[in-house]
Amino acid sequence: MTEPLSAGNPFKRVLAIAGNTFREAIRDRVLYNLVVFVLLIVACAILLGELTNGQEARTIVNIGLNALLIFGTFIAIFVGVGLVSKEIEKRTVFNIFSKPVGRGEFVTGKFLGLCLTLLVNTFVMGLGVSLALIYVNNSSLALSIWPAIFLIFFELMITTAVAIMFSSFSTPALSALLTFFVFIIGHLSSSLRDLASGLSSRMASLFLETVYFLLPNLALFSFRTEAANELVPTASMLGYAVLYSTFYCVVLLTIAIIIFSRRNFK
Amino acid sequence: MEHIVSVENLSKDYETGFWKKKKVRALDGLSLSVSEGQIFGFLGGNGAGKTTTIKLLMRLLYPTEGSASILGQPIDSVSMHRQIGYCPENPYFYDYLTPVELFDYFGRLFDLDASKRKAKTGELLTKVGLEERDWKKQLRKFSKGMLQRVGLAQSLINEPRIVFLDEPMSGLDPIGRREIRELIAELPSKGTAVFMSTHILSDAEALCDEVAILSRGKLAAAGKLHDLLAESNDQPRFEIVVAGADAAKLRISIPNATEIEQRSGDTLVIANRDSDIEGILRAARDAGGSLISINPIRRSLEDLFVAQTKTD
Ligand SMILES: Nc1ncnc2c1ncn2[C@@H]1O[C@H](COP(=O)(O)OP(=O)(O)OP(=O)(O)O)[C@@H](O)[C@H]1O
Ligand SMILES: [Mg+2]
Repeated sequence: MTEPLSAGNPFKRVLAIAGNTFREAIRDRVLYNLVVFVLLIVACAILLGELTNGQEARTIVNIGLNALLIFGTFIAIFVGVGLVSKEIEKRTVFNIFSKPVGRGEFVTGKFLGLCLTLLVNTFVMGLGVSLALIYVNNSSLALSIWPAIFLIFFELMITTAVAIMFSSFSTPALSALLTFFVFIIGHLSSSLRDLASGLSSRMASLFLETVYFLLPNLALFSFRTEAANELVPTASMLGYAVLYSTFYCVVLLTIAIIIFSRRNFK
Repeated sequence: MEHIVSVENLSKDYETGFWKKKKVRALDGLSLSVSEGQIFGFLGGNGAGKTTTIKLLMRLLYPTEGSASILGQPIDSVSMHRQIGYCPENPYFYDYLTPVELFDYFGRLFDLDASKRKAKTGELLTKVGLEERDWKKQLRKFSKGMLQRVGLAQSLINEPRIVFLDEPMSGLDPIGRREIRELIAELPSKGTAVFMSTHILSDAEALCDEVAILSRGKLAAAGKLHDLLAESNDQPRFEIVVAGADAAKLRISIPNATEIEQRSGDTLVIANRDSDIEGILRAARDAGGSLISINPIRRSLEDLFVAQTKTD
């Protein structure tokens, strides 16, 4: 009767949850934003192609990569805050947790599922920008923008983890707002530090220092303007960004899991 | 026999209100145990705490006090859940999935391989009477009764040793109810014990070996259904039907008969003891009536239930 029961394979369960999350995103037509994006890029390419003042490729990269970041951030925030809360609200968690699924496995699976969605989204958008560049006869730029796209994806992972973390204890609307603030401040965070060092009040500068320390430094992932100027990030910059993003996601998800594990599903 | 569920002094307070947190005790010191290989009925009126108890056992809620174990493992053991099944009250599933996709997903959570998942899907959906043309329809298009059937079927996907069913008959049509009743009845013979909450007493009477009756969060009665009914039947009562006697007249002449009721032409008198029968018959004759029938009243689960859950 009390023979130890095998715990099964947690990785398979996490993958199953991630797979289902991806499928949900597809069926909820999350990827339809790609259509809007592709139309935008095609319109840009055709319009700029007619102007041909020598700047068209640069403009395509600027518009394309910024749109890619904004579209992706929207998905990360709005799908991210609903990932877990929607399942609680619709009571689908009842079926999940009566099965051999740990709360941590669930949160991790949901996170990875949205990351997969964002990866596909980012890849298709990147492809759109590349094709537009080929259309305006700049195939070298079509290739060299990919590291910058890669960085955007790792930034989106952090935004997703932030959204999940907030939604583990607050409402979806508030979580979306808070995540949006983190996104904005995260991009300004180095100026925050400069501001802190320039302040005379010790308290205020300490406060800003703390904010700088706690919030993700999303500027690390910004290489969009540089990419438009045909620059390529160094391997160490890429490596550091990947490590930073991974570390940040692990910390945020751990917090989310700890909070989520204590919740009662009424 | 071994206990596959044992609950020890389990209590749950719900916190309500945003500012001033008020605590509502939904379950109060429940202790019970369920033996292997049987159908256990968990009865109680609306708001008695049945769903709360089952959700505590499924670790969807955390207890305020007390503890419980299933299959000899504490309820917070995740791996224990490999061997149990659960169908929530008014089950709801991912509405963008079809039953086939849902079963495949749930099968993966139990580590079943692809062929097993496929086999179980077909077997169980057939068993709960879901027509094959609905197997590939999105669940958002399902009626309440169809969802209830899917819920019951999914709770058996891992061939559990015990399945927890919260109001499994709710939302089913009469034929569906009969089918599901038969399905539940045969589970113990296939190695699956059943813990089911219900307030449909005829279902409990037909299916359950043992019952527990919950009233306002507290255990009111528990034991073998047979024993509980026998206990409440140890002082048998009788139903006497008399024709041609006026109920008003009888009421004066039979002071100790508790219930006298006029029913179209006949009068119904309840004798609380067999020694009362003599007097009632004499009074009826004196009032010009004639005897139609005398029958012992067997108390049903319903009487027991009403007696146990009445406000004290
Ligand atoms: N989320 C909640 N917040 C506050 N109180 C709750 C909550 N859920 C249930 N309760 C209270 O707990 C008590 C028990 O509820 P529960 O749902 O367990 O009853 P039940 O026996 O399943 O009833 P029913 O037969 O109607 O399904 C009730 O008094 C109810 O008001
Ligand atoms: Mg209930």
